[in-house]
Amino acid sequence: MKFIVYIFLFLSIFFAFFGNIGILRFPDVYTRLQASSKCAITSLLSLFIALIILKGFSFISVRILVIGIFFLLTGPVASHAIGRSAYEGGILPWRKMRQKKNISRDR
Amino acid sequence: MSIFIIVILCFLITSLFSLIRIIIGPTAQDRLVGLNLIVSQVVAIMVLAAVDFNRAIYLDVALVYAILGFVSIIAITKYLKGKRLHE
Repeated sequence: MKFIVYIFLFLSIFFAFFGNIGILRFPDVYTRLQASSKCAITSLLSLFIALIILKGFSFISVRILVIGIFFLLTGPVASHAIGRSAYEGGILPWRKMRQKKNISRDR
Repeated sequence: MSIFIIVILCFLITSLFSLIRIIIGPTAQDRLVGLNLIVSQVVAIMVLAAVDFNRAIYLDVALVYAILGFVSIIAITKYLKGKRLHE
């Protein structure tokens, strides 16, 4: 039982580390948003699964479950709000070859 | 030194990268993305501290902090709606 808890804790640190690396290294708002939203929720939920397994059925684990359900509901909503704000603010998506501005303006 | 303190230190070190993105981010939405990740890291640290010290009151702090982070991100995106700040 201790071994499963250690596996989930390691998985949580792994996802958090690569999410933060992605937020630092990706070139655009939308790609950073993709790395951030997925890695935040997977890291947090694997951490919560580890702590619930460790604590068993008790007063603390039910509250941890409530916080997990709250994050599962509100994380995608916040990410969608940020992406919509970036799109309406006129930020162009990143491409490997930069498109010429005249063509996109005439179109 | 228990295993939870080591995990808390790992979360603190990884959240430094998001702090760098908040400082150097070119647009306002980049800073919001970094803030959204830091809120989740702080909630994880609070829950780990609650389990480590065996106090249930820290879980209330974590839940209230999560609600405040969500509401503040929604409010800032409403404020930035239709503004072109980066050009």
